[in-house]
Amino acid sequence: MSDADGTLFAQVRDPANRPDPYPLYARLRAHPVARQDDGTVVASGYAAIRALLHDPRVSSEDLPPAEHPPTGNPVKDWIVNPLKDRIADRHRPFIFRDPPDHGALRRQVMAQFTVARVRGMKQRTEALVAECLERCAQNRTFDLVEDLAYPLPVTVICELLGVPREDEARFHAWATQLATALEPESRKDETLRACNTETFDAIADYMRDLIREKRRAPADDMLSGLATAKDPEAGRMSDPDLIATAILLLIAGHETTVNLITNGMLTLLRHPDEFARLRADPERAPRVIEELLRYEPPVHYRTRLARAPIPFAGTVIPEGAPLVLLFAAGNRDPARFPHPDRFDPDRADNQHFGFGGALHYCVGAPLARIEAEAALTALAARLRAPRLAEDPPPYRDGSSLRGPKRLRLIIDAIA
Amino acid sequence: MRDGTIVVAGASLAGLRGAEALRAGGFSGRLVLVGDEPHLPYDRPPLSKHVLTGEIAPERTTLPGVGTLAAEWRLGTPAVGLDRAGRVLLLAGGERLPFDRLLIATGARARPWPEPAAAALAGVHTLRSRDDAAALAAALAARPERVLILGAGFLGCEAASSIRALGLPVTVVDPAPSPLAGALGQVIGGFVAGRMEGAGIDLRTGTEVTRLEGEDGRVRRARLADGGTIPADLVVVALGAVRNTDWLAGSGLDADEGGLSCDRACRALDEAGRPDDAIFAAGDVARFPHPLDGDRPVALEHWGNAVAQAAHAARAMLAGPEAAGPYAEVPAFWSNQFGLTIKSLGLTEGADAVAIVQGDPRSARFLAAYGREGRTVAAVSINAGRWLPAYEGAIREGAPFPPITGGADQPRPKPVPPGLPAPQPA
Repeated sequence: MSDADGTLFAQVRDPANRPDPYPLYARLRAHPVARQDDGTVVASGYAAIRALLHDPRVSSEDLPPAEHPPTGNPVKDWIVNPLKDRIADRHRPFIFRDPPDHGALRRQVMAQFTVARVRGMKQRTEALVAECLERCAQNRTFDLVEDLAYPLPVTVICELLGVPREDEARFHAWATQLATALEPESRKDETLRACNTETFDAIADYMRDLIREKRRAPADDMLSGLATAKDPEAGRMSDPDLIATAILLLIAGHETTVNLITNGMLTLLRHPDEFARLRADPERAPRVIEELLRYEPPVHYRTRLARAPIPFAGTVIPEGAPLVLLFAAGNRDPARFPHPDRFDPDRADNQHFGFGGALHYCVGAPLARIEAEAALTALAARLRAPRLAEDPPPYRDGSSLRGPKRLRLIIDAIA
Repeated sequence: MRDGTIVVAGASLAGLRGAEALRAGGFSGRLVLVGDEPHLPYDRPPLSKHVLTGEIAPERTTLPGVGTLAAEWRLGTPAVGLDRAGRVLLLAGGERLPFDRLLIATGARARPWPEPAAAALAGVHTLRSRDDAAALAAALAARPERVLILGAGFLGCEAASSIRALGLPVTVVDPAPSPLAGALGQVIGGFVAGRMEGAGIDLRTGTEVTRLEGEDGRVRRARLADGGTIPADLVVVALGAVRNTDWLAGSGLDADEGGLSCDRACRALDEAGRPDDAIFAAGDVARFPHPLDGDRPVALEHWGNAVAQAAHAARAMLAGPEAAGPYAEVPAFWSNQFGLTIKSLGLTEGADAVAIVQGDPRSARFLAAYGREGRTVAAVSINAGRWLPAYEGAIREGAPFPPITGGADQPRPKPVPPGLPAPQPA
């Protein structure tokens, strides 16, 4: 942990390295747990990430306290907003919570994310993909992000949650804004924070009303289920927890899936043989998607906090140290995966970190797989001679939720 | 080694996975699998669970991969002898199978009720093979009046859970003070006892059955050491396993009912303790020096050990013992019973302390760590399998006990004696 280059992770965050961070990851892996100049400890080796993911001293409660920026209105600044901040701090969404609270909240969500409900979205998702492609049927170029990868997941998660169709447009805007809240950079940027707080308040107000409506007239959707169900141990979920959970599901079900579809298409177009094989044999989709989750995952890292000193491989991660679990680097660790930089859907042993792992393993993984499969098999089947208009494409700023800002494709036709 | 003949004695999990590892490792010669049962390799864990409850038919347990293995099968023909000097395996029926390398994976069999006449009564079952499970499932389908299970180890407890789930009255008898006392100790065993009783099991610990009595060739009751009587028309004998090594008598290998001794490269040892470079062992039958326990010889009846050790033996057969390195997997197993998923890492044997280090038994979600002379030797999770991998490093390194403190949802550890049996002298 001593003689490593302490600027490597800063370089990972530098947007200039967004198109290809993998050489930096390889250098980081020379020290599977490396301390950076700013005190952050980055785990990039597969075994190190796996051990820290499961370690009870590694906390997910690494958010700074909620803080509304001053508005000039004394009632808001001294009474309303501090109260909101205190509630927000006590009712973080469960992605930012540790056991034992985390367990009950997650269990209650899982009870709604039933196999039947998720499978029930398969046909609907395929129909939504077809609709998106219909809209572009006359085009010879289109942007995969704007025309398919972006609208699809919001609609899917809104329908699952039970958000009325007429409100969906608002959700698209909110989701876009809130997704930046998952990037560590946004916690430091004042403007972004202020913007996120405002969006958060707006969506929280909306959710509060919607939850009241669901309690009054429950429907067969997740929000109705969450609002009315009673856990045998934890009882009924509190309103602030319910709101935080609903917002989390909206964000987490969104940006990540956009990246999975977009990175997926980009990778397939860079490996035309694999694209052709998927077209010829749609049954290959599950293997292709698992390998995409390893090779170009939607979430490159998540942050944690060391609650106690953690001895590791001859050194000690100090108490209070911010941790980065660099999943995308672990996914390319040659000590874990043979020829890790090769895109190979036929690899037999593929226990990637594409959905994270341990207690916080992605709740929406089955849904993400369904959405990616619907999108990628339809694209393979229906696009005639697709090629990339630019390679590499422009990327969004995020280094954790990493994906193209747009992915312009040139095609002969849509069948 | 790339060609020649490799014979695998034993066609269950270890034999199959060993054979597959040989092919994956580039062995292109003749490969023969010998099994005493007529069936292709099948998976045992479901036999005490979904097969008993009728959710999976016994014949649906065939292991995946069987169909694609390029090998000759000799099923229903047990190995009956070994000519080490001549490198020949002798099969029932007289066939002599010459080999360049032999993998012994003959596993274990159920320890029968000691009195043969009573063991032969109708209604007295053991549970080890697929045929055993099929017979027991059929007997359960006939709705016996009371099922008696002898032994509260993992098999006895799993069977009790499955049979109770069918709505049948179940009594479990074990001489230890709690169920699972030998594997997990009385502290964790006591927790499981509470679950068993909560599920309606009539649990009799601290006593044992001295006699099984029948009428008209059918079992009717059991007599207890404490003088009591339990009426039962179906008895499951779950008293552990005996290693299948009898056929090695006279071969000069160091084998007895506790297993076939082998070294860390899985090579079988002769009676003088010398490794035989052509004969290897893996799975339940293999007794090997475990690095986590000061190289004390252990034989593990774990699904995961059968898979990993067979693969290790295959590497050593093809590339040599040095290239394969010493076999040093952290032992791991799991069990499902009474709504609990129990997972274990490490070796609890000989542990002198146990402490709850994560979660809370009151919520039936917790993790217990085991220590021996101040070092961490094992960890057992109850409905908290996702916590368990954190302890693998501590067990491998023998970290100070209790391991890992200062985390989320960690009670202050209060180590207590685990209530394990005293260690057997080596």
